[in-house]
Amino acid sequence: MRDVAIIGVGMTKFGELWEQNIRDMFAEAALKAMENANVEKIDALYVGAMSSGLYAFQEHLGSLMADYIGQVGVPAVRIESACSSGGQAVRMGFLDVASGMHDIVLVGGVEKMWDVEDGTFVLATASDQEYEAYNGVTFPGLYAMIARAYMEKYGLTREELAQVPIKNHKHAVNNPNAQYPFEIDLKTVLNSSMVADPLRLMDCSPITDGAACIILCPLDRAKEFTDKYVKIRGVGAASGPIALHDHKDLTRLEAVFLAGQRAYNMAGVTPNDINFVEVHDCFSIAEIVVAEELGFFEYGKGGKAIAEGQGTYGGKIVINPSGGLKAKGHPVGATGVAQIIEAYYQLTNQAGKRQVQNARIGMTQNMGGSGGSCVVHILEGM
Amino acid sequence: MANSQRYTREIPHRYRLEAQKFPSGFVSLPRRLVDPISGKKEFEKIKLAGFGTILTYTIIHVASDHFKFQTPFAVAIIETDEGARLTAMITDTKFEDIKIGAKVELVFRKIMEEGASGIINYGYKAKVIV
Repeated sequence: MRDVAIIGVGMTKFGELWEQNIRDMFAEAALKAMENANVEKIDALYVGAMSSGLYAFQEHLGSLMADYIGQVGVPAVRIESACSSGGQAVRMGFLDVASGMHDIVLVGGVEKMWDVEDGTFVLATASDQEYEAYNGVTFPGLYAMIARAYMEKYGLTREELAQVPIKNHKHAVNNPNAQYPFEIDLKTVLNSSMVADPLRLMDCSPITDGAACIILCPLDRAKEFTDKYVKIRGVGAASGPIALHDHKDLTRLEAVFLAGQRAYNMAGVTPNDINFVEVHDCFSIAEIVVAEELGFFEYGKGGKAIAEGQGTYGGKIVINPSGGLKAKGHPVGATGVAQIIEAYYQLTNQAGKRQVQNARIGMTQNMGGSGGSCVVHILEGM
Repeated sequence: MANSQRYTREIPHRYRLEAQKFPSGFVSLPRRLVDPISGKKEFEKIKLAGFGTILTYTIIHVASDHFKFQTPFAVAIIETDEGARLTAMITDTKFEDIKIGAKVELVFRKIMEEGASGIINYGYKAKVIV
């Protein structure tokens, strides 16, 4: 396998992008990434999107996006793995370049979520449609059941859980692309409307429009294009049961553990080597469970550790310097790629006020459903 | 929206709790060809007796359009006495009686109506045994 580099990135602002349709958003992000990487022609295109059919009534995104970024003729395909579609698309692009098949590969993610009314239904299609969603459960409901089980088993308090979104909003203040770049306090979280008990609105990542794109090439060619590039040092992916109820331990997301171990092994590093991590905090409880599965905290101790400041600047590891899904926004298919973009900014010292000092190795973790799929990347600054 | 064949093919599991017991002990309510634990393809067909325990639960306040007129409603993950795991709405139970570890009985209920001209969906719900 060849070593693979990320040589350029581009994204839209995340938010309610009323003026842009799905192709406008993708084209904006893709052209920014190509300009950033100083490439005019790509060899292949991967587009991550969870549910463009239900959200934007548009399938066949490979063709559409290749057409609208002026690259008709290249092999172009959409990758879907629910909320981990973006990260999985990055993995496919990595495999494509690493294998020697193609040199310049554009990987993007996109989701247009604000054009439909019943987004709750769309998201629930990532669960077991016939045996979970059929019985009325929503995505917040699934994570609420993880939260309830975790709080009962480990004694995590409602106030401690609230510290996750509070931290992530604090980080987002310094992210110009974030949907909600402002701070919130404990009262805001605890007084926000109940979505699925014990999770309130401020525990839940928002509905977001957005696109994010990166350009990959063989590491030994990166310098031809730019002096700002990072190496993809480890890639790990795993699947888990589709239904939450089939997870043996309801306080765990084992696909995250497996994907993490695979990425650590490939990169030859341990959790102690990671300077920051972008995790999939679709709900506050998810950040805690994921941080434990990735080995940053012991099982049952992640919630209290984050509440004590161990997940922010000056703590054990900076978790979600971008603001995470909660505050940066969560355009489902774009999220996994946007996490990689944050890591790229951090590792090329372009993260501005949210820069993690001396960041050399960063990790991203993107997951689908209630842990049904997960992909982890370990990136290294050059 | 389900058409009638999509609905009908799940009836054995939803109405009659027909399940499969695999050699590893894993019990699946939806039909499967392979044991997800052992990879073995042999299984015994069983019928769940309809009793179990709540492993975790939530009260849903924001639901998809199909369920929005039923909010707030409780949903739980239940392990039946045979070891099958399933997700079900809680019915005929006060919210304060829903607890992790509470015993439940599965009962046959209407789940929801798919609009004015759609199918009326039926299936199992769980009732806490006080």
